[in-house]
Amino acid sequence: MTVESTTPVPKRRTLKALPVLAAGGIVVLLASLSMAVSVGAVSVSAGTVWGVLLNKLMPGMIEATWSQGREAIVWDIRFPRALLAMMVGAGLGLVGASLQAVTRNPLADPHLLGISSGGAFGAILALLHTGLFLGLLTVPLFAFFGALMATGLVLGVSRIADATSADRLVLAGVAVSFIVMAAANLLIFLGDPRASHTVVFWMLGGLGLARWDQLIYPLVILLASGGWLLSRAGALNAMTVGDETASTLGIPVARFRLLVFAVGALITGVMVAFSGIIGFVGLMVPHIVRMLVGGDYRRVLPASAVVGAIFLLWADVVARTAMAPEDIPIGVITGLIGGLFFIWLLGRRR
Amino acid sequence: MTAQAAAGLELEGVSWTLKKGTSPILMETTLALNPGRVLGIVGPNGAGKTTLLRLLYRYYRPTSGRVWLDGEDIWRMSARNVARKVAAVLQEQPTDFALTVREIVALGRTPHRSGLGGFGGARDAEIVDGALDRLALRGFADRHLGTLSGGERQRVMVARALAQEPGLLILDEPTNHLDIRHQLEVLRLIRDLPLTIVTSLHDLNMAAGVCDDVLLLKSGRTLGFGPPHTVLCEASVSRAFDVDARRDHLSLSATDHLTFHLQEE
Repeated sequence: MTVESTTPVPKRRTLKALPVLAAGGIVVLLASLSMAVSVGAVSVSAGTVWGVLLNKLMPGMIEATWSQGREAIVWDIRFPRALLAMMVGAGLGLVGASLQAVTRNPLADPHLLGISSGGAFGAILALLHTGLFLGLLTVPLFAFFGALMATGLVLGVSRIADATSADRLVLAGVAVSFIVMAAANLLIFLGDPRASHTVVFWMLGGLGLARWDQLIYPLVILLASGGWLLSRAGALNAMTVGDETASTLGIPVARFRLLVFAVGALITGVMVAFSGIIGFVGLMVPHIVRMLVGGDYRRVLPASAVVGAIFLLWADVVARTAMAPEDIPIGVITGLIGGLFFIWLLGRRR
Repeated sequence: MTAQAAAGLELEGVSWTLKKGTSPILMETTLALNPGRVLGIVGPNGAGKTTLLRLLYRYYRPTSGRVWLDGEDIWRMSARNVARKVAAVLQEQPTDFALTVREIVALGRTPHRSGLGGFGGARDAEIVDGALDRLALRGFADRHLGTLSGGERQRVMVARALAQEPGLLILDEPTNHLDIRHQLEVLRLIRDLPLTIVTSLHDLNMAAGVCDDVLLLKSGRTLGFGPPHTVLCEASVSRAFDVDARRDHLSLSATDHLTFHLQEE
């Protein structure tokens, strides 16, 4: 049969530039890392930053031309903090991108859907009430279960209220978020007042507590979850077309969506445990990424991780420098930018 | 371009009920369709057309009865194995997530990929190109779905289904929202594809023109199954749609043509 095209065909910009974009992303990421480590109350030159790094990785390679104090600032404080920023940004970007596919909702975001609040609830429960009876893993584990519980609530509410459309799902998430935050605030109120102060500050989002010996937890979760999501990129692509169509492609739609939500809760919970509530990264990053690399999840996922990491590095630089020597909670920065982005998105969709 | 032989389809007393205790949406439907035949499902709104289609592409599980595909119960096959044989073009509109036409069509290869990742491959690319060519979409390959018209999108979804290389193709109201020319193109495609096809259609004259067999449904009940000229008789159509139907023979185009009038009270 012959079907002729009825409209002239403008050739779209092809994506030959993809390797260039990928290389560019990595370069910008490394430059941002370098920048984030050198900027602060004590400014450190980029040469020193990389010198310290090389010296730590391969002792004796270069002669130390910097003071012990500088080295301590770079290695003990700023590097772990910058690495945590990268991991949290990458993780939240991945969660946002995946949730947007399985809900077919461009507004899906771990913060808007109440998953972050659930994580915070779990973390607060562990910090103020149960004590760290499982050691260092207590807070991340509780945060994960809290996030999972909030996820279950959102899915339950959206099913009961038949709120599967984009806007109503977000409303269900916001409602659950309010309830869970109310419960979390009650926990803070009931807790030891002195500890509560620390917890409130942590909840606003901050990377100041980053320590080398704890980075392994978010790293493992990020790599494992990110790898799994990437292996399911084809299914995520199919989910954007529709539940029924995805199911005719052999995808167990309901189970797959639950799995992605569970993995999203895992990443979110662990990131919340180490950095508090950092909102809107998962909402913004995938949109920016799709403009750069298109919609195929084989590219969207890695690009979301890289762009999320870059974004949070810079947000943390702003948080540390805007009112130096005070640290503004990074959640304030991302909330401000994210809220404006959300408004722009609402305007664009109509 | 079809690598797979057309599939045989059989329904054996298939019923479907939404909830226990409520009346069934589809009742005891039995029919057999030989490979390569085109079956049209017609009936008024709420007759159970979409439900029947969902039972065929394994979205709903029959409350009773069985659906056989080439002699195999589709609920004894894995979802993926069914997806390798049955493709469906539905009314769902994809959310615009910046996927290109080629990427959407390539989704049809999903059930054929094994293991993790497993994207691409020269054969996959060839099949996708073939499907794009068949629907004259090559020039649209790198465009975003969101930038296409309704008719173009519909063609993309058909190309996607063809890339799945099915033996049975299911279409839900494929001519909806298309202008006359695009409707005719879809109908010609249905005629030309060497596949077993089941399609729901609103337009009875269209169904009579394109289908080998027609299933006439009303409130989940089969009012007739067989060749169009026997099933779509004045009496059955009048009964199914609660109208007065009249079938004229158009001498110039040498076809039968149904017209409808509201019944006098």
